[in-house]
Amino acid sequence: MARVVVDVMLKPEILDPQGQAVQRALPRLGFEGIEGVRQGKRFELEVADPVTEEALARIHELAGTFLANTVIENYTVRVEEPARREEGAAA
Amino acid sequence: MTGGLGRIGVVTFPGSLDERDARRAVGLAGGEPVELWHREKDLRQVDAVVLPGGFSYGDYLRCGAIARFSPVMEPLLEQARAGMPVLGICNGFQVLCESHLLPGALTRNDHLHFVCRDQRLRVETDGTAWTGDYETGQEITVPLKNGEGGYVADERTLDALEAEGRVVFRYVGGNPNGSRRDIAGISNEAGNVVGLMPHPEHAVETLTGPTTDGLGFFTSVLKRLVTA
Repeated sequence: MARVVVDVMLKPEILDPQGQAVQRALPRLGFEGIEGVRQGKRFELEVADPVTEEALARIHELAGTFLANTVIENYTVRVEEPARREEGAAA
Repeated sequence: MTGGLGRIGVVTFPGSLDERDARRAVGLAGGEPVELWHREKDLRQVDAVVLPGGFSYGDYLRCGAIARFSPVMEPLLEQARAGMPVLGICNGFQVLCESHLLPGALTRNDHLHFVCRDQRLRVETDGTAWTGDYETGQEITVPLKNGEGGYVADERTLDALEAEGRVVFRYVGGNPNGSRRDIAGISNEAGNVVGLMPHPEHAVETLTGPTTDGLGFFTSVLKRLVTA
């Protein structure tokens, strides 16, 4: 099973009041020097079959029509290698 | 008006909460309200449709994004494109934008707070199916309640909306949510589809509303249907 990650972010020109609220809280918490915060969404799609070019094209379509509203948001799609769970479990 | 023109469907999505008020407003205006469930693919020969306010599907993805794919939206989109009057109020407006029946999108209020107040609006055009009983320039007061009501679109779209007379309502006396150019409601090119964030269906009786200014939406569309 492969994992495909879709990251969705508001377009740069769209106001992100949530990100701004997070940024305003930073100095109060002692974090200096952060000049901007934008908040987005991350979708992790667990794909049953190998991620072929065709499957990836379908996921792009899914991302562009449903996961992201391209009027206000940009998105990126990337294939993430499946986690090697058996190695992690041995630790 | 049973059997005649004036059957106005009101769609209930999971999370809709203003469908009863919308149906009541239709009745007070002299129309016949028809309940429509979002899973139905049949509009039951209604003459117009209202998408009411609420929190469809919990708005998990974006407001209206999942509701937009409900079965009822298929015949609705088809008939709206053919000229059937459709009014989207609040979450209904968001659903219409997600459906691309109306341009732009609704985003989180710029101040991050949920707003609930009586809101003054200016009717910018009486040329739509839902505003014929108002006069262009008239000011009305209806309730407003939303957390994600900021209307945004790119400059080109905003300019086009203004040039084509498709800004239907503008906020007066303060912008409650950071909407671009104080836009509270817009229409499609033909003027049969209108979306707005404030709630005219809550201003149809003085007992429960600040005014009866909202009744004009429903009398407008009923007149339009009779004379169409």
